Amino acid sequence: MNVVNGHAVIEIDKVTKTFGGVVANKDISLKVQEGAITGMIGPNGSGKTTLFNSIVGFHPIDTGSIKFEGNEISKLRVQEIARLGLLRTFQQTRIYGKMNCVQNMLISIPHRKAGLLDIFADHRAEDRERAEHLLEFVGLYEKRWLMGGDLSFGQQKLLEFAMALMNEPSVLMLDEPTAGINPTLINGLIDRLKRANEEFGITLFVIEHNMRVIMNLAEHIYCLAHGELLAEGTPGQIQNDQRVIDAYLGAH
Amino acid sequence: MKWLVYIAFIAISLAAPLVFPAYTQQFSALWVLIILAMTWDMQGGQMGYNSLGNIFFFGFGMYVSAVVQVSIAHDIGEYTYAGGINVFQFTDGQYFTGLVLGVAAAGILCALLAFPLGWILFGLRGPYFAIGTLGVAIAAGEMVGTWEWVGAGQGISMPPFPGNPDTAKFVLYIMNMITGMVCFAVIAWLYSTRFGLALNAIRDDEQKAEGMGLQTLWIKRVCWAVAAFFVGICGAIYGNTVGFIEPLEVAFQTIYLGIFMVVAVLLGGKGTLWGPVVGAIVFHTLKEVTWTHFLGWQWVALGVLIVVIVVYFQEGIMGWLQRQRPEWFGIRVESREPEAEAAT
Ligand SMILES: Nc1ncnc2c1ncn2[C@@H]1O[C@H](COP(=O)(O)OP(=O)(O)OP(=O)(O)O)[C@@H](O)[C@H]1O
Ligand SMILES: [Mg+2]
Repeated sequence: MNVVNGHAVIEIDKVTKTFGGVVANKDISLKVQEGAITGMIGPNGSGKTTLFNSIVGFHPIDTGSIKFEGNEISKLRVQEIARLGLLRTFQQTRIYGKMNCVQNMLISIPHRKAGLLDIFADHRAEDRERAEHLLEFVGLYEKRWLMGGDLSFGQQKLLEFAMALMNEPSVLMLDEPTAGINPTLINGLIDRLKRANEEFGITLFVIEHNMRVIMNLAEHIYCLAHGELLAEGTPGQIQNDQRVIDAYLGAH
Repeated sequence: MKWLVYIAFIAISLAAPLVFPAYTQQFSALWVLIILAMTWDMQGGQMGYNSLGNIFFFGFGMYVSAVVQVSIAHDIGEYTYAGGINVFQFTDGQYFTGLVLGVAAAGILCALLAFPLGWILFGLRGPYFAIGTLGVAIAAGEMVGTWEWVGAGQGISMPPFPGNPDTAKFVLYIMNMITGMVCFAVIAWLYSTRFGLALNAIRDDEQKAEGMGLQTLWIKRVCWAVAAFFVGICGAIYGNTVGFIEPLEVAFQTIYLGIFMVVAVLLGGKGTLWGPVVGAIVFHTLKEVTWTHFLGWQWVALGVLIVVIVVYFQEGIMGWLQRQRPEWFGIRVESREPEAEAAT
């Protein structure tokens, strides 16, 4: 993987974020290469989700800069960032519980292409088709008329992933996509993540605790510990990095 | 089937005041409750923002139309000061022009006002939104109550309908009916578009909706403006129906219609298209019965009804029916899918 020559679609420079006395992110600088799958690991509470939240504008950062496709986005609101094509899924999984899967998909169309009045348009047949196709893609086609809230936790994760694909983002940030997914289904999910990356051309930035998954998936991995960037490199380099082993792998 | 229901509904609505002319004003009041309940549910049931202050637009629309209807012929300050219709007269032309302009102005101004108000209030969530909106309605009532120009606590007597009082009741009934039907059609159409799902998405998880790029603030304000438009028109017509308006009991009547619209929705079924209509009809009938037969105890009866709904019957009539007969509502379930059956 040619990381050095790749074009960075997300550039994070010296980002610090504190919550009262807690320094959740300290001076973090990293890059996400366009078209690649980038991983992020780190022990519980090391600040991974906080960094995701900062990138998508869920909370303001204290200092530093976050650029998406070369433009500063750290002052933009959540919707504005989503409409640029930078999307995230949630660690706790968030879907619309009282809407069925198809409706969950239909309302996840790419709003960045829409003007203010497009919200009054009818659902297009092609959107319905794409919705069903993507539900099929994640293996939820049979469940498509069930309410989102009636799905199992793992199924909700898959639905959230399908909704994200429906939105046609250029970059998708996934917060622990395999957490709570049955081990026999994990391989299928890895495969789908790779296909989303290769076939749909979506750049992925993935937080993951499952080492086997992240080593298999990512081309470049960042490791956080205590809110700071501890190490980075290819899966091989990370696996053999003594600091990572001490801070993280060794802890298990 | 669907069209039969609509045609029957329209036919009954038209026939009701002709068959039972003594009850025309009752039927008008029923339409008022239907409109208030439908618009309340769009925002409370479908979007999950429970407002206790939609009655504000009712009162605001009523006063807008009163000012327009009087001003078209006279100076409103002098009119209210001198005691209104006891001293001043309106020609037929002035009355009807005023009525049309007044009702239109009420709807439009209420809708426009919903945008800045929404900008302030939609920052509030849950109970804070409910109390915030209630505060607006109460404050408006108090402010109008001290404003001499519009008659303060004395109120305003509306220009009288030129002609037979029965004709007046019938004309106003038809205005209510048309407003109600247009309101139903607009809301049903909105629910069929992306807008309907957007409302539900905001209800289920607003932060998620924002994260997916939905313009939530715009959607919430449009939703409220649509509600405000119809509620404002409804208030304007209501002012003309009662003939004499004052701030606390008629216009910004937070404890009467302000609460009734919520109870009607809960009774009929929150978040359904027909729930508010059915709930309004049932509630209005129940209310009239209790108000005539348990006079003195009517508030107790109403309180008991609210408690029973909230504790034992949260899904409401249509919600219950939807669970019993999902296929009537086009709701598909897994086992009824032909493909799924073939697969097993
Ligand atoms: N909104 C918040 N308010 C206060 N503290 C917070 C907030 N969000 C995160 N933190 C703190 O910031 C630190 C980093 O949390 P974060 O959720 O980013 O960890 P993480 O790396 O995602 O952990 P995990 O692997 O368990 O998901 C934690 O100490 C947490 O308690
Ligand atoms: Mg986390």
